[in-house]
Amino acid sequence: MPDIFEVTIDDLKHLVSERAATGETVLLNMGPQHPSTHGVLRLLLELDGEIVISCIPDIGFLHTGIEKNMEAKTYQKAEVMTDRLDYLNTVGNNLAYSMAVEKLVDLDVPPRAQAIRVILVELQRIASHLIWLGTAALDVAAMSTFLYCFREREYILDILELVSGQRMMTTYIRPGGVWRDVPVEFEAAVRDFVKTFPRRIDQYEALLTRNPLFLDRTLGIGRISGVDALNVGMTGPGLRASGVDWDLRKARPYTGYEQYDFDVPTRTEGDVYARYLVRVQELRESLKIVEQALNKLPMGPVRSNNHKYVPPPRSEIGVSMEALIHHFKLWTEGFNAPQGSVYSAVESPRGELGVYLESDGGPKPYRVHWRTPSFDNLQAMPLMTSGVYVADLVAIIGSIDIVLGDVDR
Amino acid sequence: MTFALVLEWLIKGFVWVLILLGGFAYLTYYERRALARIQVRIGPNRAGPLGLLQPIADAVKLIFKEEFMPTQADKLLFFLAPIVTLVPALVITAVVPFGPESEPLVLFGREINWYIADLNVGVLYIMSIASIAVYGIVLAGWSSNNKYAMLGGLRSSAQMISYELALGLSFIGVILLANSPRMLDIVEAQRTGWFVLLQPVGAAIFLIATLAEVNRAPFDMPEAEQELAAGYHSEYGGMKFALLFMAEYDKMIAICTIAATLFFGGYLGPDITQLPLVGQYLNWATPFMGPVYMFLKVFILLFGMIWVRATLPRIRYDRLMAFGWKILLPLSLALIFITAVGILLAEDVASLYRWGIPVVSLVAGSLAILGMYQTLRRKEHARA
Repeated sequence: MPDIFEVTIDDLKHLVSERAATGETVLLNMGPQHPSTHGVLRLLLELDGEIVISCIPDIGFLHTGIEKNMEAKTYQKAEVMTDRLDYLNTVGNNLAYSMAVEKLVDLDVPPRAQAIRVILVELQRIASHLIWLGTAALDVAAMSTFLYCFREREYILDILELVSGQRMMTTYIRPGGVWRDVPVEFEAAVRDFVKTFPRRIDQYEALLTRNPLFLDRTLGIGRISGVDALNVGMTGPGLRASGVDWDLRKARPYTGYEQYDFDVPTRTEGDVYARYLVRVQELRESLKIVEQALNKLPMGPVRSNNHKYVPPPRSEIGVSMEALIHHFKLWTEGFNAPQGSVYSAVESPRGELGVYLESDGGPKPYRVHWRTPSFDNLQAMPLMTSGVYVADLVAIIGSIDIVLGDVDR
Repeated sequence: MTFALVLEWLIKGFVWVLILLGGFAYLTYYERRALARIQVRIGPNRAGPLGLLQPIADAVKLIFKEEFMPTQADKLLFFLAPIVTLVPALVITAVVPFGPESEPLVLFGREINWYIADLNVGVLYIMSIASIAVYGIVLAGWSSNNKYAMLGGLRSSAQMISYELALGLSFIGVILLANSPRMLDIVEAQRTGWFVLLQPVGAAIFLIATLAEVNRAPFDMPEAEQELAAGYHSEYGGMKFALLFMAEYDKMIAICTIAATLFFGGYLGPDITQLPLVGQYLNWATPFMGPVYMFLKVFILLFGMIWVRATLPRIRYDRLMAFGWKILLPLSLALIFITAVGILLAEDVASLYRWGIPVVSLVAGSLAILGMYQTLRRKEHARA
């Protein structure tokens, strides 16, 4: 029988202002089932008419226990769970996890696998930003943009299906490389996308960027200064829209990002419109990276040949005794990682996505922790929302680009 | 007043209500198909050929749904609100003529006119009925005892007050031009040219204000799906929801009918007997062409409403009020002045001055738009 804690109303009174007690302001429970909370976020709002006095985000409705579950699985099997964290950035989650494991057991990744990783992660970034663009536009009721964005996202999901057999939960990037080489149609499909997509971005911009109604809904709304953003731990486009030029792809290059020529768009205003402009510009920059990576896609193996950690190719199992033994060992008990702890981070579409792995020397991680960007970015919410209208609140949630699977894990 | 006349009114009223109800069903279908086309989708196409039976399937679903009432709701008002919303939407078009008085429909030897009522103050009737509809929405929002619904109801009343004025003033330009508030006179006055040519800005104000009046995007504040879940009809389901929904779509039809009558020549259209080759065989059809032209105009205006919904983001509640009070109201006042002066000059000096009205009012309209952009630009500079 667990202890029951009794909480009096006085313990909770500090959450709302004095005026709420007298009935002068209204307390509104927005969510967890609400069309604009992007999942199951609950917001406790104190409203004076339509003006938000305070906003308290309440999370945990989508808690899946993924971090804890990963401790019960071997390093290879735990990766499948990473797809389910931030379900709009599945390839990026795989990459963050694979990089952590590679750092832990000291694995090298062949250059072809690096380039494929970059292409897929950037495509995934575009897909994620498309969802963001669509839903953020839908939050201010520009409904057609939403469906146009989904049309292009579908193309990227087709590419993911082409390489991994899965549209969303790909588990394609594995420790030591990628699952297998890309099929021959891959290059043509990506080139096709690179060719058509810039025109599509122009179309989205034609609908929104200079639209007076859209400007009216976004200019000067939900402002946050660079200092405040850093203090609450914001990363990603939200931080860059507040004038802080911090992108892990430039600041701490990984997976060969230093070879590619791209810009990190920044704005100084820190409002909803600035975050919109930064993300739309990132669509173009990501496309630049995809094109460059595709142009210099090297030939060669796509998986490390250190078979202590990376399963041998299928073709070797029938002819090589060692390959069979490695295969058997890896898929029954996994590999023993050296004792120690590592942290590795990538720039996900939402910001810094970090994985902390603690190993006790066994085949399963002792502790896994995810530093997820949505969780930290969501903390900026109360700072952005004092004194705004309910309608702006919705636009602000959209502009932060949270994924609840990423917040609760 | 003979018995036959009362019977005629009853039958005409009944037929028109049936047309409106059927029109509502197929307007939802039209909107879904048109929206789908704009949004690179297909839209409903499963029920019947081209999905034409979809509205019937929807109706059946709504009728058989459980009637749900929140325990803390004000039962009587909760029940009345959908009715109060729907009835004005159905009766508002009673004064709209669908064909000229000179070409009545001859049925069983009786001349039947193409309107239900011929009020000599038709425009005033429309104004007053249009403002009743808001009661239903406010009551629906209040009686549900739900905070979202309440906010929706409040927004709706604020919105109606702000837009009623601009709407009323945009009628005045038309009345001045037609020299009568009677709908038939207004249409007949347009034989020389549709009023949209003389009153382009007035027509624009009318269309904007009516979008706000019927709560359509981008002024769909009271229901604002993304903000208030469903606003004033959050707690409604089943047939009561269907009534509220029906009211909204019937209001759209009504407003487009009125817009067509006031600004787009109503039932007027090209004479089909003048068509080459087939024209001479079409004498029998001339009395029916009034409703046909009306239908075409309403169809096109409705598409405009759907198009706007597909394209534009929603305006924020306070900005909507500011737009109504600070831009539409002064502009429509200026428009009345311009129209009155133009008519005076046309009568006393030269009829060419009549065409000064659209020119000057377009200049005034452009100034208003420039002013809007100026405030936006100031806002953009202020935040940097």
